Amino acid sequence: MNDYVIEVHNLTKRYDGTAVVKGISFSVARGEIFGLLGPNGAGKTTTILMLLGLSDISAGQARVLGHDPTREPLQVKRQVGYLPDQVGFYDNLTAAENLRYTARLMGFDPEEREQKIHTSLAHVGLADVTDTRVATFSRGMRQRLGLAEILMKDAQIAILDEPTSGLDPQATHELLNVIRDLKHRGVSVLLSSHLLERVQSVCDRVALFNQGNIALIGTVPELGREVIGGGFRVEVEAEGQGLAERLAAVPGVQKVEAAGTNRWRLTCDHDVRPEAAAAVVAAGGRLLRLSVEEPSLEAIYTRYFQTHEGERHAT
Amino acid sequence: MRREGSALHGFGVVTLKEIADHFTSILVVVLVVLVTAVAVVVVSLGITPIKESTAEDPFLFLRLFTRSSPLALSDLLATLLVPLIAIGLGFDAVNGEHNRRTLSRILSQPIYRDALLFGKFMAGLFTLTVTFIVLWLLVIGLGLLGLGIPPNAEEMARALILLVITIFYGGFWFALALLFSIIFRSAATAVFMSIGVWLLVTFLWPLFSPQLANALTGAGDILGVLETQQAFARLSPVVLYNEIVAIVLDPSIRSTQQSMLAKMGLMLIERGAIPDAPIPLLQSVLIVWPQIVGLVAGSILMFVIGYVVFQRQEVRA
Repeated sequence: MNDYVIEVHNLTKRYDGTAVVKGISFSVARGEIFGLLGPNGAGKTTTILMLLGLSDISAGQARVLGHDPTREPLQVKRQVGYLPDQVGFYDNLTAAENLRYTARLMGFDPEEREQKIHTSLAHVGLADVTDTRVATFSRGMRQRLGLAEILMKDAQIAILDEPTSGLDPQATHELLNVIRDLKHRGVSVLLSSHLLERVQSVCDRVALFNQGNIALIGTVPELGREVIGGGFRVEVEAEGQGLAERLAAVPGVQKVEAAGTNRWRLTCDHDVRPEAAAAVVAAGGRLLRLSVEEPSLEAIYTRYFQTHEGERHAT
Repeated sequence: MRREGSALHGFGVVTLKEIADHFTSILVVVLVVLVTAVAVVVVSLGITPIKESTAEDPFLFLRLFTRSSPLALSDLLATLLVPLIAIGLGFDAVNGEHNRRTLSRILSQPIYRDALLFGKFMAGLFTLTVTFIVLWLLVIGLGLLGLGIPPNAEEMARALILLVITIFYGGFWFALALLFSIIFRSAATAVFMSIGVWLLVTFLWPLFSPQLANALTGAGDILGVLETQQAFARLSPVVLYNEIVAIVLDPSIRSTQQSMLAKMGLMLIERGAIPDAPIPLLQSVLIVWPQIVGLVAGSILMFVIGYVVFQRQEVRA
């Protein structure tokens, strides 16, 4: 897959001499959901604004669909949909009127415009509030209206800044479904978040931000291996003789801990459930329970920052 | 570095949207009704005295604007009505978009910031124009009914110039309010800064500027001192507007210094001129041409400062 829609090389942003984004590089492939993760103030939003040409680039290069956001901002903004952090709409206008205004700015002709407004509102489940004033909308409805705007634009890239912050679980679930749906339509998604567990389920790859740098980049299991050294935890409950040794011999298992009578916890670099089951059966044991816990982004993240906090204090 | 595409792409869309916003905004509608109502009341109260006192006046119609009672309509426009409505239109133009968090979403559409700001400025100017045309037509209509004589062509021409100048003057105050709405994120701060400038140039500057002029230039011949004082006073757009209105609406005045001299019991006499004889329209306009240019330049300056600040401003809240 060498088809990248966003390519960033050594991107740097300085405010009054202080760098807030310090020479980061990453690429987003076509049709991928890429997450920018990190604490508030780590430089995620600044990076996004530079990609959209809404903030000047101090140094380095960015290419969005082959265009330079500072020199060809209109080309970029024509093909990229943006959902800002806590998106706002004109409260005195209805959902459809808000979309109509942006559709006019996008330059659609009237017939196409009404058609697109209708289908995109229906798609995010706002069809029955088309003519309701946005003032009455909840936070989740506003976020979905923002996504409807991106759908209407037929954007090739959707950039979502903190799309799930401040949403209740149900609204988050619905929103993540719309994001997955964007991916099915072939839209590449770049999203930023500090809420890791919610984002883990949708992201193909993530970049962990730390104080203006990208600390880690890759898929969640990759990061798990890199940071925690393994990350998969398989729990085995079985009756039989010498099972601990048998389990330790399974390829990929790094550690076996006893977790009670007839229970073992395995730390491994991939999902070893089939092999573990075979090992238990081969030893003549009775397998009672087998479960796996994938590496959580939360754990990777906490571990990473704990280690690096320690390093910083030591130096 | 050259930007691709037109800076004004989307300008018309923004303008139409902003105009629609103005005319559906309760604040703006209340202001327009209030301003028009005050003007109408003042003019209708003034009709009877005008009819009685100046029956022989060849420019009776223009007195509607300058001699209505208890306040002259032109003074009322200069000091209160125009600044009030222009500030009301402009104070939350840009910071309102910030506070509603709509700015970054709108700017992520394929338009430049220029289009958004130009659109907002033109929409404000358009709303002011509509308001002043309504006000102007009402005054003319009242004059027709009350005075019972139609205005002659020159009176209409002079009244039309007043209308255009008033729109420019409104443009200055609107550009100022727009500037503050760009600089200050809080709409309340922008309102109070605009009102502060309004109080300063309308009420405080006329009191302070003579002293300041004297202090800075020292004693000289009396005419020289007066000229310096006048030059200082003209830093205020209110003074510029008043000077233009006085000359344009009264053909018998032939110099912007005339009223100042009259206060001292002096009379301006030109060689070969008949005192109080009306001068042609073109001559009146030429006398105040520098003031007109100054007023327009002031509006443009305010807008340009706002434009530069807005282009460099960070989008994020």
